[in-house]
Amino acid sequence: MSKFQKKAAKTKQSVPTSAMPDVVFMLLIFFMVTTVLREVELQVQIDYAAAENIEKIEQKRLVSYVYIGPERLGGGRLGETRVQIDDALVDDIGAIRNIMYDKLLEQPRLIVSLRVDRDSEFGIITDVQQELRHAGTLRINYSTRRQM
Amino acid sequence: MLKKRTRDDAEIPMSSLADIAFLLLVFFLVVTTIDVDTGIGMILPPIPDDIEPPPVRERNLMNILVNAQGMVLINEEPAAIANVRDQVRRFIDNHGADPNLSESPDDAIVSIKTDRRTPYNVYIDMLDEVMGAYEELRHEASMDRFGVPFTSLEQGSERRAEIQEMYPKQISIAEPDEG
Repeated sequence: MSKFQKKAAKTKQSVPTSAMPDVVFMLLIFFMVTTVLREVELQVQIDYAAAENIEKIEQKRLVSYVYIGPERLGGGRLGETRVQIDDALVDDIGAIRNIMYDKLLEQPRLIVSLRVDRDSEFGIITDVQQELRHAGTLRINYSTRRQM
Repeated sequence: MLKKRTRDDAEIPMSSLADIAFLLLVFFLVVTTIDVDTGIGMILPPIPDDIEPPPVRERNLMNILVNAQGMVLINEEPAAIANVRDQVRRFIDNHGADPNLSESPDDAIVSIKTDRRTPYNVYIDMLDEVMGAYEELRHEASMDRFGVPFTSLEQGSERRAEIQEMYPKQISIAEPDEG
């Protein structure tokens, strides 16, 4: 009996904490590297549609986003469906052609990612697609969530 | 004289290091948004020049229409979204057996048409089913030939290209109606 008691008394009960700052720093660096601070201020409300057979866009550099959804008004109200490119709402759909053409000149392998609210009607998307065709940016991607 | 002076310890207190690191960590944890960067890829058809598009035999063309009520019509017959995948599969993988369906996967074209008032999520559901049909066919071809699922074939590898060539995704977006 006494043998066992002696052994139990010898073991240390504390967890070594000296490596904790290292661990925390590692996590910190991971999050710092992966964080993308939001580049654009969204002025339209977007609730993504979900789909099963989706692919990941590997090269983020190539992507340019077009946001389509109901405009956010003050006080949580929603307005008409609008199109937003970069930081500004597009008033004239016909202007998309020039905007996209300029982007295509900068990045010839441009992918346009359409981030569309799930309750939008397809007419406005047809218009945007026609503009994209005129601009020559034919690679598009409908942003969707993975279906659970 | 000067040498006698006792100097203070020149060490920086390190005990608060972990606290600072934690604070930064929490900040980045809160700020991080995992962006949605997934979606359904498509290639838009170029604006037609005056050149007539090459004629396509009717049997090689599958017309899918989604109308304003969110109803799906395949070759003018109403269909449920749940059935789209099966129908598309049969159409593509016909290999000339049924005279009403495609001659070969190479010739098969799925044409999608929408109304201006079609709900977007119905369109995405339908497109998802069509993509699913192609994915299933490619998966089966890959299992058959190489014994591995299509998704495990490496991007840009020869095997992947071979399967993609067997079942090329030929999805066309129909010209919108005027007005």
